[in-house]
Amino acid sequence: MKLIIFTCIFAVLLSCGNSTTENPPDESVAEVVETTGEKSETLSEMRHGIQVYNFAGLDEALLQHKNDTTYVINFWATWCKPCVKEMPYFEKLGKTYAEEKVKVVFVSLDFPDRLEPLVVPFIKKNKLESEVVLLDDDDANYWIPKVSDKWQGAIPATLIYKADDRAFFERSFTYEELEKEVQSILNKS
Amino acid sequence: MKKKNILFVVSLVLMTSLAIAGFSSGESTNNAGLTIGDTAAEINLLNVDGNMVSYDDYPDAEGFIVIFTCNTCPYAVASEDRIIALDAEFKDKGYPVIAINPNNPAVQPDDTFELMQAKAEEKGFTFPYLYDKTNTVYAQYGATKTPHVYLLENTDDGRVVRYIGAIDDNVRSASAVKERFLANAVYELLDGKEVTVKETRAIGCSVKQ
Repeated sequence: MKLIIFTCIFAVLLSCGNSTTENPPDESVAEVVETTGEKSETLSEMRHGIQVYNFAGLDEALLQHKNDTTYVINFWATWCKPCVKEMPYFEKLGKTYAEEKVKVVFVSLDFPDRLEPLVVPFIKKNKLESEVVLLDDDDANYWIPKVSDKWQGAIPATLIYKADDRAFFERSFTYEELEKEVQSILNKS
Repeated sequence: MKKKNILFVVSLVLMTSLAIAGFSSGESTNNAGLTIGDTAAEINLLNVDGNMVSYDDYPDAEGFIVIFTCNTCPYAVASEDRIIALDAEFKDKGYPVIAINPNNPAVQPDDTFELMQAKAEEKGFTFPYLYDKTNTVYAQYGATKTPHVYLLENTDDGRVVRYIGAIDDNVRSASAVKERFLANAVYELLDGKEVTVKETRAIGCSVKQ
């Protein structure tokens, strides 16, 4: 039975994905250098109206709350088609469960030099109401397992937590599936 | 006799619990495909030059740098020059690069065989860029994203997986790389040593099927 469940999950995972945005290989080097390393130093600043963190900053600001809010943290990028497809479900969830203290945050993994030309217009075009932040941290091998041991690095990926109750999903969601997982966290307390 | 029985039961229990532990972390993708120490099966895939490519076509190779990659994923594109450089660095040392595109062009129209040919031509790929037409090879390996690297060492027991993960610690910028995970692993194998960092993680574009 477990095998069957696992096979289904695997099939779902493989059905994910698409990248439509062509990016030139020469990424802006100067900007990258200043943000690598210094794992203990916290980066948290506004760029083009969007809060930008390194992992230490993101962890402190969004991943370790011990209050009675349920945080739904979705990792996405503008080029990730299955991410874009499921975003309306997260938006709907945030609105539907606002009174039950559910907070949705979209963490963009777009390259930082895509923030102004791609991420900001995307937020406007899709009229996103949930908070959108950008994670500017190159050393993914360092921070991926800190988000969850289960995460292999594919997106979309979602962390749902309330204080010490945590659930992590490296997969796409329908609204019903997402609602079920959030309710299971809400019902624990 | 009794001792043997007990041993058998103990090992059965151990194996079962291990299997359950493996499956219960089912949201992760790590349970399918190859893991460190496994043996990789032979491949026979169509290259962009029109020829079929197998590992056995490289009788002098000591191993292979197998990289699942694609035409347009920003992470794959950012890695192209590095993959070419890896082939230049390690082909003559016995570890040629074999690139495999795992995406289904019916789902990802940017990854048709023709566009793969155009990409290889435009970038001047010095290594095979193979089309996983039956979509079986990526699944055998357990590749979930692009780029996704598997380092194989040829041994008497077959092609053994020695490293799985990222090329290095900075996919966005080659000049900001501090640790070359893959290159370090190849050099350790060339020195006859055990690979120190066997697995790393990186953000990638999920395989499109």
